[in-house]
Amino acid sequence: MNQYSRWKYFLILLTIGLSLIYVTPNFYGESYAIQIMPLKSGDKMEASTLKIVESKLNLENLNNKGLIYESSSIKVKLESAEDQLKAKKVIEDSLGNRYVVALNLISNSPNWLTKIGALPMYLGLDLRGGVHFLMQVDLTTALEKTTGGYLRSIRTALRKDRVAYYDAKKTNDVIQIKFKTKQSLKEGINIIRNINPDFDFKEMKVNNEELLKIIISEKTKKSITKFAIKQNLETLNNRVNELGVAEPIIQQQGLDRIVLQLPGLQDTAKAKEILGRTALLEMRMVDDEKSNPQTIEEAINGKPPPGTELFYDRFENPILVKKEVILTGERIINAGPSVDSQTGQSTVSVTLDGEGSNIFKEVTRENVGKKIALLLIEKNLTEVITAPVIKSEIGGGRVQITGMRNTQEATDIALLLRAGSLAAPMEIVEERTVGPSMGKENIARGINSTIWGFFAIAIMMGLYYSLFGVISVIGLSVNLLFLVALLSIIGATITLPGLAAVALTLGMAIDANVLINERIRDELRNGNTPQASINAGYEKAWGTILDSNITTMIAGLALLVFGTGPVKGFAVVHVLGILTSMYSAIWVTRSVVNLIYGSRRKLDKLLIGEIFKVENN
Amino acid sequence: MEIFRVKKDIPFMRYRGISAIISTSIFLIAILFLGIKGLNLGVDFTGGTILEVSYPEATNVEGIRETLRSIDLGETQVQNFGTAQDILIRLPIRDDLSIADLSEKVASALKAKNSGVEIMRVESVGAQVGDELYEKGALAILFVIIGIMLYLWVRFEWRFAVAAIVANMHDVIIILGFFAFFQWDFNLTVLAAVLAVLGYSVNESVVVFDRVRENFRSPKMRKAKVTEVIDNAITRTMSRTIMTHLSTQTVVIAMLVFGGEILHNFALALTIGILFGIYSSIMVGCPMAIWLGTNQNNLAVAQTNQNKDNIDL
Repeated sequence: MNQYSRWKYFLILLTIGLSLIYVTPNFYGESYAIQIMPLKSGDKMEASTLKIVESKLNLENLNNKGLIYESSSIKVKLESAEDQLKAKKVIEDSLGNRYVVALNLISNSPNWLTKIGALPMYLGLDLRGGVHFLMQVDLTTALEKTTGGYLRSIRTALRKDRVAYYDAKKTNDVIQIKFKTKQSLKEGINIIRNINPDFDFKEMKVNNEELLKIIISEKTKKSITKFAIKQNLETLNNRVNELGVAEPIIQQQGLDRIVLQLPGLQDTAKAKEILGRTALLEMRMVDDEKSNPQTIEEAINGKPPPGTELFYDRFENPILVKKEVILTGERIINAGPSVDSQTGQSTVSVTLDGEGSNIFKEVTRENVGKKIALLLIEKNLTEVITAPVIKSEIGGGRVQITGMRNTQEATDIALLLRAGSLAAPMEIVEERTVGPSMGKENIARGINSTIWGFFAIAIMMGLYYSLFGVISVIGLSVNLLFLVALLSIIGATITLPGLAAVALTLGMAIDANVLINERIRDELRNGNTPQASINAGYEKAWGTILDSNITTMIAGLALLVFGTGPVKGFAVVHVLGILTSMYSAIWVTRSVVNLIYGSRRKLDKLLIGEIFKVENN
Repeated sequence: MEIFRVKKDIPFMRYRGISAIISTSIFLIAILFLGIKGLNLGVDFTGGTILEVSYPEATNVEGIRETLRSIDLGETQVQNFGTAQDILIRLPIRDDLSIADLSEKVASALKAKNSGVEIMRVESVGAQVGDELYEKGALAILFVIIGIMLYLWVRFEWRFAVAAIVANMHDVIIILGFFAFFQWDFNLTVLAAVLAVLGYSVNESVVVFDRVRENFRSPKMRKAKVTEVIDNAITRTMSRTIMTHLSTQTVVIAMLVFGGEILHNFALALTIGILFGIYSSIMVGCPMAIWLGTNQNNLAVAQTNQNKDNIDL
């Protein structure tokens, strides 16, 4: 009765073997490395870059321990942290600003393991150090911005078709326009419907005026917010690239939040500055025709001529600028600091995309001799960076922005322009930063707790249950092996509470073996034969083990569903630990017991520790 | 080795009157502390900022307070933990500073004063996120209680389910009572420990109830009184109870020793949960089951279920 069929042993050996393979990458440790990625995420790395990197490093006598070429990145393994920093500098200098060069750590596990998907456990930020930000996206502002955009388009469309209207204004999600006659209102609706077919219209007559309310439908609102989040995610992606983080995680969470995880990042101040900035570049024409001392005076007093707005340049000079926007920063594909060869001044050179180039070419052709203003809108403050005179048509989409105070400013503005704009402002609502030394300390804390806990249990079990205690400890070791292997395979993020869960799982998992061993003792106490006792002990304990594990599982699942961050890390390990412990504590230990005792016909005694028997029972 | 060399079943249930008084008073005292002092909720739930900083040499807490005063942060909670080099700074949410700016401001002020300082850890939680985490935490506890009750109801019967949950809540309230009394920081990790205790401590009741059910069905105990049946079940599982809790507690002690600041309160909550879990499953859960009227007849119906347990091992 205590014999397992061959295939059961085989299955157990197979699972243990596989687990051993998948656990190994965790023991190889990590190398210091440099990771080179294209600035625009999604771009491909060229193979030629690899050669450049290699030759530059050789030139500087920096020994690399291996170059890894992937279509999206190049990784260079280095010998020490010192070499890593040197190499970063060398590569940055030789490749220029088209690439992101980040510090990283790469597993030393051999290639064949990586190929079969055996990777080391993914350490959470509290173990590897880094920053976690939760950002709240202000969707109301995104909605307002879009409503404003609709209002502009409606005005333009009505004017173009010469429909008489007056007093067009907007609230959060409603646009209101007054018309002279019912006739023009009807015409207006037809025109406006072309802008967005999902508008809801409400016609009203207030004080003898024809009033049209244009309500932005729920469907449109949804697509606005969806777009806003998407654009913010993209912009964040670009900005994070600027920070040089090797494996960032940028994800939407819930309806209006974005989670940002930046492993290894240390300069949180710089990160916050770059992530939080909402800079937008606009190109608009300076309104020379309407500019004269009198109109400017009026504008300063808050009454600019219709169709214009008043802004100041960096020398506090007032400038009247047309409301119509020619180009925005979204058309910029690259921007970098440079120096004007003639004046020696710092400038920013901007490259526009195809459509931007076309628009810019057309505008400059039609407006030779006039001034074009470059506005930088940052935190609701608009400033005219520069307003040069257009000397000739500019094709090819290359624009030089002059008027920078110094190189640093040119670099900063270039960075902002490159990083794109946010569709809606964002605010950091949660920050969790862990320094690198703290991360290492936390790993030691978790591992020490597990190891010492494990040994203490092993000694106790061995003393109390003798051979059966040792078998239980074998089961427990296999449980640890399975758990770590499983965590490595599914690529779950391990946090410090996760490591605590590993330790705790061991402490709790032994319960199953204690139950089994006690049951076997019970059976022996009642005078059953050793073989029958083993069988009955395992069988009777099963129901109890199942019940207690399911209740524990319910708590684990609740943590998984409702937990966030580190607590979720705890829950994942806890839940997996329950599953692996069922397997190892019952089937694996049984297989060992069967192997030792199963084939013995004459068995008088089990090595399960001393059993106290009440006489005359 | 056998720890419990008992000849006769220990008459636990004889003392259920006394234990009821003890349990109720501990329970009420815990609730009293929760009411008067309340939980010292960490920044996870209240919102606010924690900075853990480490200095290369022993540092005066008052000096750090002074530095923080000089940047207009007013009176702040600054304390040592572990060694004289490690400092924990707690800051409430401010209306005039975003959480992102606040932590930078503190960090740069500390660095300006002493360039050797290392920022080990920053945790900043906005007010709204704090509220949400609080809400989710409460929901998680509710979910676990209902889930466990339903399961026990199906597996055993409603009397056991109610008794087990009462015993369980007894433990949870006592953990919370301890945290209120000592004003230990109650954060997300501690909440995880409380939920783990909920799942773990109910095992204790499950093991005992399992034996009780088995005893009810066994021909030997057909004529025994309910209290005798329960006493026997408890006595016979005593050895397992001690071994299991000893093992778990050993690991938890390892965490207390090696786990550092973050795992400290987590391990504390588990310790209280384990210790009171032993008591409550025996002296709260079982009396409760008797009081609710558990007897042979309740479980006779469940007889057919037993075959399900005999799965080939």
